[in-house]
Amino acid sequence: MMRKVEIRDHRREMYSFRLRLSASAGFILFFFFLLVARFIYLQIIQHEHFQTLAENNRISIIPIAPNRGLILDRNGVVLARNYSAYTLEITPSKVKNLNRTIDALSKYIEIAPADRKRFKRLLEESHDFESLPIRTRLSDEEVARFAVNSFRFPGIEINARLFRQYTEGELISPFIGYIGRINDNDLEKIDSAGDTSNYKGTDYIGKMGIEQSFEKKLHGTTGFDQVEVDSSGRAVRTLSRASPTSGDTITLTIDSKLQEIAKSAFGDYRGALIAIDPNNGEILAFVSKPGFDPNLFVEGIDSQSWQDLNNSPDKPLVNRALRGEYPPGSTFKPFMALAGLQLKARSPQDTISDPGYFALPGKTHHYRDWKPGGHGTVDLHKSIVVSCDTYYYGLANLLGIDKIHDFLGQFGFGKKTGIDIGGELSGNLPSAQWKQKRYKQPWYAGDTIPVGIGQGYDLTTPLQLAFATAILASNGTAYRPHLIGTIRDSKTGKIEKSPSPFLYKLDIDPEYMADVRSAMIDVTKPGGTAATVGTGAPYEIAGKTGTAQVIAIKQGEKYVASRIQERYRDHALFIAYAPADHPKIALAVLVENGGHGGSTAGPIARQVMDYYLLKKLPKNMVTQEKTDAPAD
Amino acid sequence: MPPLTRRLFRMLSLHIDGFLLACATILILVGLAVLYSAADQNAAKVVSQIINITIACIVMWTIANIPPHQLLRFALPLYVAGLLLLIGVALFGEISNGARRWLNIGITRIQPSELMKIAVPLMLAWYFDRHEAMLSLKNYAFAALFLLVPVLLIARQPDLGTAILIASSGFFVILLAGLDWKILLGLFVSGLASLPVLWSVLHDYQKQRLLTLIDPSQDPLGAGYHTIQSMIAVGSGGIAGKGWLHGTQAHLDFLPEHTTDFIFAVFSEEFGLIGNFFLLIMYSLVIGRGISIAAEAPTLFSRLMAGSITLTFFTYCFVNMGMVSGILPVVGVPLPLISYGGTSMVTMLLGFGILMSIHTHKKLVKT
Repeated sequence: MMRKVEIRDHRREMYSFRLRLSASAGFILFFFFLLVARFIYLQIIQHEHFQTLAENNRISIIPIAPNRGLILDRNGVVLARNYSAYTLEITPSKVKNLNRTIDALSKYIEIAPADRKRFKRLLEESHDFESLPIRTRLSDEEVARFAVNSFRFPGIEINARLFRQYTEGELISPFIGYIGRINDNDLEKIDSAGDTSNYKGTDYIGKMGIEQSFEKKLHGTTGFDQVEVDSSGRAVRTLSRASPTSGDTITLTIDSKLQEIAKSAFGDYRGALIAIDPNNGEILAFVSKPGFDPNLFVEGIDSQSWQDLNNSPDKPLVNRALRGEYPPGSTFKPFMALAGLQLKARSPQDTISDPGYFALPGKTHHYRDWKPGGHGTVDLHKSIVVSCDTYYYGLANLLGIDKIHDFLGQFGFGKKTGIDIGGELSGNLPSAQWKQKRYKQPWYAGDTIPVGIGQGYDLTTPLQLAFATAILASNGTAYRPHLIGTIRDSKTGKIEKSPSPFLYKLDIDPEYMADVRSAMIDVTKPGGTAATVGTGAPYEIAGKTGTAQVIAIKQGEKYVASRIQERYRDHALFIAYAPADHPKIALAVLVENGGHGGSTAGPIARQVMDYYLLKKLPKNMVTQEKTDAPAD
Repeated sequence: MPPLTRRLFRMLSLHIDGFLLACATILILVGLAVLYSAADQNAAKVVSQIINITIACIVMWTIANIPPHQLLRFALPLYVAGLLLLIGVALFGEISNGARRWLNIGITRIQPSELMKIAVPLMLAWYFDRHEAMLSLKNYAFAALFLLVPVLLIARQPDLGTAILIASSGFFVILLAGLDWKILLGLFVSGLASLPVLWSVLHDYQKQRLLTLIDPSQDPLGAGYHTIQSMIAVGSGGIAGKGWLHGTQAHLDFLPEHTTDFIFAVFSEEFGLIGNFFLLIMYSLVIGRGISIAAEAPTLFSRLMAGSITLTFFTYCFVNMGMVSGILPVVGVPLPLISYGGTSMVTMLLGFGILMSIHTHKKLVKT
């Protein structure tokens, strides 16, 4: 019986298998007939149509690059725009002897050595079949002169093209960045993002700052002309056209007037300033000084200008606000004070007696206060007002590095703030674990002491410092610092607001917060380290000075600014927010080699706050404005 | 013939199926001719393809000489290795052209999805063969799992073309293993119902390609460009074609990928409807032979393998020609034995090798 069943099963199985095979064969035949039908449709019924398209005329598709989106400041002042100009372009593959041709060209159109150098650079970075500009912004006369002689120069043509212009030049370079010609690296990125077809007509791409981070929005959608081309490839007529869509208009949170005032307030000093609206994280001013003219980069910078920028001891290419990592110095103290209060290491009333130095028990090394002889009896309030170092050496020792690390991390120290442009550095907020990893050494008690006054392993960027100050100003609410206000879709006209900047609210006792804030107000009052900053201000300023050592001073030696080369002098720092009761602006100022924070960095902050809160112009600008104003 | 040469010839041809070999030879010769034209008469490209073919032929011969029950033993290790490599790609793979398909193993870069083209049907056929005595629904469910994991990993890379080919090769094994028609119908219906879900997980460019299929003129610069240009090539070929080396579309660089995935457009432009018929007939002969080998195969494993290889071969043909003639979206599927490229040639002839092995070893198998 069993055997019979098995055999029948096997047969049935074979039968079923073959049935399925036959069914599949049927399907295959059906699909092949589908193909046959399609071939007949294309090759017989529609043959003439396709024949026309392919043989007599050939369709060519010419991409039309979209206009790049504008970038405006918060008041609608144009910061980046496009203008149309004539360029003289060479297609290298169509020219036999490049050098001789350029020599011949220079008889008709002036070609400076810098133009030649820049062209050579472009040539190295590009493909032969691309047409490359040798001169841009031709005058009408030059265009006419070339047009008459153009027959002598096959492979060279004049094109009208749109150029990017940064109206405010160097002033806005730290955040706006620049665009530059697309190179192989960019091409790869475009390809892997699947944007190849949208970049068919595009020569430029954002390389830095807003231009880079918001490339997608600013670029727009490429349009195209579908044209009939005769056998020699010349366009005969346009069949259809899809217009390009311009890039979106981006409105920044920057106030360009405030930016200008902030930058000029630095005078000849190098440094950085970030001003933030503490109520929402909007960045009002973003200064890194000196800067560079972003317009230089658009056409590919010539090697001379590049070397000048790159080799300058002032380092204009370094974005100090975003990427400069400096010891925060005494500006760290208000945050340390909060840590001490919140973690119950000291109460506001606890006092120390300051002999002018701090020493670890059983050690002879003296951690010196900036004031020889010390400040006497110091409580929390006084420690901030007079910037007592000894108080914070001791406090740091009480807290220990890991508590400091965890608490101050909440203010954004040691972390990227998440600003909406790339390249930000994260500074350093040390911990025992960090030192072990970085130096393969344990953390010593002595390492903690200078951290208390923002020295030692502490490093912050001016942006981080401004972010932390803004958190203080908003009573503990953190908003992501950002530069983008709104983005207007050029197609729909819809205005897109940047995502909610709210990050988190710190859990700190409001009373402790008030203690620190009131001490910071007294910093700008008579007796405070920045008394001059507050002089005559119709609003209250809460601030804190800071000085960051550039070189270490040996035990027993004195720091005398006049004896030290300018580049090794201390960096001056100042953080502030105002009006102190309802802050509208929070800022951090860093003046490289500026000496003491109260005297160099403070006045810069004051000018910025005066303009922002009172619309009051600094003295040198008032006269300038008057002469500029039309006589009416 | 002297006995030595005869013995050598016998040794070489013992496990070769003459009919399949003849069909493959004709298709390969046609392919070389089209390639010469498509590559703008660049002989170097043809030479390099001949090297690919030589390697693929050696692979085919070697596989043909391995009896099916030996092949069976490779199934599990090959599948597991392939799956591990795919996971490796997902974690550490190199990105090129926006897709993560390659794995750098130090010496060279490999594309594990190619390995899975053969490993997946092998695995499923082995699995069904093992449980031949009593196939239950549970077995089908497991088989589906073995199929879906690599397919999803590959679709995520993203490589839709390869994912479709592997999915269909596995599906064919399950279909031929005898999954109940009612369940098949149910799957089909629920598949249709889940299309919206599928749509939402597709990448933007994949969606774009599908949309373009419906209206190629929507995006003539990007995704639609390929389809429009290849349709012009096919359509302008007419009944008799423009003649070898006389196609205009390919030589004016209007056609993308005209030596690989779009080589059929060049063929169709130069040889016309008549050429297309010839090609369809040649492919039908290969498929017919494959089906007859499957129908006569002695074991479940060999039946399933032969059936799956044949039906997958058909899928290649249909998807590629359908894509070029504008009835299917653009996916990276080569035209069997004609498209330029070593990997696809090896995959194809390896499949032929398995068919030949199944066919020529069956007399030796005692049931």
